[in-house]
Amino acid sequence: MISAKDVHKSFGSLEVLKGVDLTVSPGEVVCLIGASGSGKTTFLRCFNGLEMADKGEIIIGDTPLLAPATDINKVRQRIGMVFQQFNLFNHLSALDNITLGPIRLRRLSKAQAETEARDLLALVGLADRAEAMPRMLSGGQKQRVAIARALAMKPEAMLFDEPTSALDPEMVREVLDVIRNVARGGMTMVIVTHEMGFAREIADRVAFMHAGTIHEIGPPDQVFGAPRERRTQEFLSKIL
Amino acid sequence: MSDQSWLDYIPLLLEGAALTIIVTFISMIGGTSIGIILAIMKISSSKLLQGCANTYGGLVRGLPLLVQILLVYFALPALTGVRMPAVVAGTAAITLFTGAFMAEIIRSGIQSVDRGQMEAGRSIGFGHWQTMRLVIWPQAFWVMLPNMVNQFSITLKDTSLLSVIGVVELTMAGERIYTMNFDTIRVLAMVGVIYLIIYLFAERVAAWLERRVSA
Repeated sequence: MISAKDVHKSFGSLEVLKGVDLTVSPGEVVCLIGASGSGKTTFLRCFNGLEMADKGEIIIGDTPLLAPATDINKVRQRIGMVFQQFNLFNHLSALDNITLGPIRLRRLSKAQAETEARDLLALVGLADRAEAMPRMLSGGQKQRVAIARALAMKPEAMLFDEPTSALDPEMVREVLDVIRNVARGGMTMVIVTHEMGFAREIADRVAFMHAGTIHEIGPPDQVFGAPRERRTQEFLSKIL
Repeated sequence: MSDQSWLDYIPLLLEGAALTIIVTFISMIGGTSIGIILAIMKISSSKLLQGCANTYGGLVRGLPLLVQILLVYFALPALTGVRMPAVVAGTAAITLFTGAFMAEIIRSGIQSVDRGQMEAGRSIGFGHWQTMRLVIWPQAFWVMLPNMVNQFSITLKDTSLLSVIGVVELTMAGERIYTMNFDTIRVLAMVGVIYLIIYLFAERVAAWLERRVSA
């Protein structure tokens, strides 16, 4: 389980998060939707401390992320993160991107890490691209390697920050298919996305963010089908 | 005009060239070490560290290298009472000088690596320095390499200034020969060719390194 309680975050004088609460149960998939600037990416990044919340509480399992005694590197090993811009390590092959963490942090042998990595590459449909350098991969392939890299740490939860926003349209589907498979495997996930059809299909709950708070949250059929809040209605009417 | 064969000059010139290469390499290695420390200070969040690094860079880049060599050779012993051999003082001065320029090369190399690379490393669970070592440095190095080769060529030529304090590097070796036999043009041409060969060799090594990695 991961949860956030009354999370505040400012950049300079700009208050981006104004007290956000969210509890994600084990195996649950929550999609964060909302306009640009609503704070959804910042909020997502608070869950693994890429942004440090100014105030509030983030709990990963039973570890309080913001407590001074918490080793944030240890917590991050338990939460996978997938970025909009993929952020594959450009100097390493697909396989080495995936094995770097397991070898250095999980202390696996190289052989063991590579066996696991090849299984993950097969899972994301890239078994034959293990030796490829990132610059030789398409955007969709890069993102699938990035997902495999995050899964290689055997995380308890996964965070996705607009995983298909930087992709050419024809590559969106291959990435969504992989994410769907991971979700079906029972992974706890928080996904920031603009793919409303995907959110509706995959999410257990959808959270609509507006002006630094979660404005409305509920099952996808309710949020998309019968939104209660006027802001949610306005947002959805613009993009659907 | 001398009736000496130009072949007779070679042993002394090669001796000078050897010292030139040694001084250049020590200065490059020392300068890179200083440059790494200064670069880390420059990109740190501490205003004090940034200020120290920038002051150092400003002083070293603002003064002529010749003045710095003379300062280290003459002024430092006068202040501290420790007299250094000319070659040591000269190498130290060039090292300190090279360090200021290496700092800029290294800083811009590190900052050329996309911010997302650091975030990806941290999100996997690597610490800041571990991410630097495993992810940032290996990528930054290839950005720095052409500039480092450029700096090598500058440092290589700067070592000729050590002739002023009596270090018998390549330029001084040539001077010793032509002040005795007045075969000035031929000796200087040979000195020039040797500098060029050293530089071209370093350039080829760098190009070979780059090819090997991009292959």
